[in-house]
Amino acid sequence: MIRIRNVFRSFGDKEVLKGVTLTVARGESALLIGRSGAGKTVFLKNVIGLLRPDSGTIRIDGVDITQLNKKQLEKVRLQFGLVFQGSALFDFLTIEENVGFFLHQHTKMSRLEIRKKVTDTLAMVGLKSIEDLHPYELSGGMRKRVAIARAIIYKPKILIYDEPTTGIDPIAVDKIVSLIDDLHKRLAITSLIVTHDLEVGLKIADHFAFLLGGKVIFEGDRNALDNTDDSRLIQFLKGSSGGPIEEMEV
Amino acid sequence: MSPIRAIGDLFRYIGSMGFFIRDTLRWLFTRKRDFASLIREMVFIGVDNLVLVSLICFFLGIIIAFQTAYQLQMFNSEIQLAPLVAMSLVRELGPVIGALIVAARTGASITAGIGSMKISEQIDALEAFGVEPIDYLVVPKFISLIVCMPILIIYADCLGIFGGYIVGALKFGIPYKLYFRMTFDALTLRDILSGLAKSTAFGCVIAFVSCYEGFRPFSSIDVSKSVTLSVVRSFIFIIICDCLLTAIFYFSWT
Ligand SMILES: Nc1ncnc2c1ncn2[C@@H]1O[C@H](COP(=O)(O)OP(=O)(O)OP(=O)(O)O)[C@@H](O)[C@H]1O
Ligand SMILES: [Mg+2]
Repeated sequence: MIRIRNVFRSFGDKEVLKGVTLTVARGESALLIGRSGAGKTVFLKNVIGLLRPDSGTIRIDGVDITQLNKKQLEKVRLQFGLVFQGSALFDFLTIEENVGFFLHQHTKMSRLEIRKKVTDTLAMVGLKSIEDLHPYELSGGMRKRVAIARAIIYKPKILIYDEPTTGIDPIAVDKIVSLIDDLHKRLAITSLIVTHDLEVGLKIADHFAFLLGGKVIFEGDRNALDNTDDSRLIQFLKGSSGGPIEEMEV
Repeated sequence: MSPIRAIGDLFRYIGSMGFFIRDTLRWLFTRKRDFASLIREMVFIGVDNLVLVSLICFFLGIIIAFQTAYQLQMFNSEIQLAPLVAMSLVRELGPVIGALIVAARTGASITAGIGSMKISEQIDALEAFGVEPIDYLVVPKFISLIVCMPILIIYADCLGIFGGYIVGALKFGIPYKLYFRMTFDALTLRDILSGLAKSTAFGCVIAFVSCYEGFRPFSSIDVSKSVTLSVVRSFIFIIICDCLLTAIFYFSWT
């Protein structure tokens, strides 16, 4: 269960998050949408404690992570998996070491067991025989899929995806959509997804939130989303440039 | 920049460097280290600097020998060449020159490496996967540098002494047995220990400065700035550190 209340975060004079409030129930799959530059990535980084909010509370299963010190935070993080928007694979490690990173660091599994698990997980995202390559030898879309594999391999309780499908071809997207869906349904993993691809988002999420002007201005289930009368959300969903949201406004 | 702001920046730098050093030392003892990867790191540092250190220290030995001989000639005591060359190399020039080389090569590459990880979110990724970047990146570099530096410096001293011998033999016809006997008779344990203490201290300086600077960039332009700063600051702190240590040894051992 993730309960976020009134999170503020600014960089210098620039206020990015101005009181974000959002609740994701256990086992729920939440989609966060918003314009480019709205602060979605900044928000996700706050949720897993990579950035600290200026004020507000972020409770993970009742524990307010904004009050934790580095060591305690590190423990809490073990239940998270994060797919970075820019993949953020470790350049100096091979794909096998990247995907097996968590298992290698935090479990006593042998190299061989890890390798097997890595191969299986890579297959889940539609990749094979790339274990011994380095990240720079892969295409952007392949890197993204490796990043997904790295995050899901240890079946964390909470998975956070920042643009999991951008830059990936349609066939692989379909595979990843069913993978995310499967992880979520079969293992009851709580997921928080940011994507601009509404079609994908609608398929995998059962809870929706719209971030605009540093606040979540809409939060609800599919039914509420379809029947919303908020003209800003309708404009965003339709993707039209004319409407209550100005061209420059995020 | 106004002097007041400069002083403020200096104190801020010292403060955050202090925290950085504290964190590194704290992590140093909290986890078992993977020996294989430490050894790999050390070999890398050693091999990385071997050629340049050999070359520079060999020529350094020759240069010191000529400069010393020039002064000794005035007293007709060229035979004292061996101890003087050895002394200045082992106590002072070996460690300092060696450290400057390592700072320029290894220090710069450490800063660039960590810096590029920082800007491509790999540092964030380490944290996201429950690994402390200081523990994972800085501590191994720190251990390797303080182990490697003394070894590298002993090697550098030897090559310098050999350079000095070449001058002694070719210019003054000092036989090699005599030259090396005089070298080792002159060197006291104190000389050698002070040289090693300096090398280790410089290893610390390089590790802390280069890693610290690596964590600061926010963009690729910042990375190149950080690398420059890393080398410049290492140089400054090595010299300051050298001055302090030399003074301490001077007052405590005489
Ligand atoms: N480290 C930082 N320093 C200063 N400003 C930042 C920093 N990180 C993000 N910002 C600012 O915060 C705002 C939100 O950025 P963020 O990356 O969260 O957007 P986003 O919603 O993820 O956009 P996109 O959909 O394009 O990824 C941007 O205006 C950005 O300039
Ligand atoms: Mg983003």
